Amino acid sequence: MKAAVITFPGSNCDRDLAVAFAAAGADVARVWHKDTALPAGTDVVGIPGGFSFGDYLRCGAIAARAPIMAAVAAHAARGGFVIGICNGFQVLTEAGLLPGALMRNAGLRFVCKPVDLIVTGQSAFTDGWAQGARIRLPIAHHDGNYQAAPETLARLEGEGRVALRYAQNPNGAARDIAGVLSENRRVLGLMPHPERAIEAAQGGSDGAALFAALMGATAPA
Amino acid sequence: MRARVEVMLKQGVLDPQGEAVRAALGALGFAGVEAVRQGKLIEIDLAATDRAAAEAEVRAMCEKLLANTVIERYAVEIV
Repeated sequence: MKAAVITFPGSNCDRDLAVAFAAAGADVARVWHKDTALPAGTDVVGIPGGFSFGDYLRCGAIAARAPIMAAVAAHAARGGFVIGICNGFQVLTEAGLLPGALMRNAGLRFVCKPVDLIVTGQSAFTDGWAQGARIRLPIAHHDGNYQAAPETLARLEGEGRVALRYAQNPNGAARDIAGVLSENRRVLGLMPHPERAIEAAQGGSDGAALFAALMGATAPA
Repeated sequence: MRARVEVMLKQGVLDPQGEAVRAALGALGFAGVEAVRQGKLIEIDLAATDRAAAEAEVRAMCEKLLANTVIERYAVEIV
């Protein structure tokens, strides 16, 4: 699996994400936001967490219009995998690659803690966990309150595109949504940080299954 | 020419920041504050001299970047 991790000014989980991909056995390329092409043969694009462009205007808004994002959109359009974590999720919604928006946490506080999640969507990202499994991943965000129009939420539910749900809602997100999939299930955005939970020394390793599952999905037949 | 863009959350979208401001005003003794909505005001200086063309361009800016029309509405004023 060839993974490309994008770095924007203000990204701060890009190295962690690169380490998580590499630990699963991927070849990892680091890509700067001003680049206009992804490395040849890229299977998976990772949009990392952080505070791209200082969260100016809206979280992820400016990064979503960075030069590299046209190549990311083209990659997604031809069925490539894309994962956006935390700020990366915000970037993907701002770029229109996923529906909805991430708003300020309902409690107005930055929330930084491990949370329990229920796996509710089938995809190459989540198939390393059993459906309905309860897993634990860290969250760390101020704007993770997922909202979308009622008909969009109904459609996501109907198509089984809610990948992960909070066991206890930390931010006011509609229907406890922690992560959503694109229509072709190859783009995932999620607020929790699987890359911060890949080995026991990090306090938990439930995130490793996501990278391992992706590795399996992209292995040559 | 200057454009003034107002960006507000759409009606029906919860505004936790506005709600916090409302509660703080109440705590300061301002009775009767029934609702607060918080938004953004963006001023843009333009080289354009044609009002209609300037307004059309600023509307395009709103659609592409300045507002997230999933949750926000915008109004453009050329001043």
